[in-house]
Amino acid sequence: MNVISIIITVLGVTASLALYRVIFGPTPWDRLIAVNLISSKVVIIMVATAALFKQSIYMDVALVYAIIGFVSIIAISKFLEGKENKK
Amino acid sequence: MILSYFFIFLGLVFIFFGTLGIIRFPDIYTRLQTSSKCDAAGTVAILIGLIVKEGLSSLSLKILIILIFLLLTNPVATHAIARSAAIRGIKPWRKKRERME
Repeated sequence: MNVISIIITVLGVTASLALYRVIFGPTPWDRLIAVNLISSKVVIIMVATAALFKQSIYMDVALVYAIIGFVSIIAISKFLEGKENKK
Repeated sequence: MILSYFFIFLGLVFIFFGTLGIIRFPDIYTRLQTSSKCDAAGTVAILIGLIVKEGLSSLSLKILIILIFLLLTNPVATHAIARSAAIRGIKPWRKKRERME
């Protein structure tokens, strides 16, 4: 069994474990933390897939996914911050 | 070869215990701490292991670009979440005995 397929298996299992916190999280910030974690794991899965198949196109997909995940996390946390600091 | 296996195993251990902390810890801030360790240490260790395994090629250069980007942006996202929770007045978790006093 290849090392890269072990990486993909372990990351998939732990991402589905972190999905528990997305579903049952008490506050919105818990869900945001778990979504951030799953997003970085998906980036690693894409890089490992690119290294497994020797295809360089998955690497560009991983980079764009990382950029979109970062911007969405910043935007949602600014939205949850509310209007209290605009006095 | 041994070095790449070592880095990949280290990253998998970091990511497994980070996810365990996400599920088991009682508060936002403690969960944020273990999530940050899981992101930074585990991700960077697995990507370094993949770079060592691939050798010097265009693929490993792109892996290096993704590594630098993740290393710059993960602490910023963690800090943004913590700042938003602190501004909305989420109190840190205490033990019950300290709360009674």
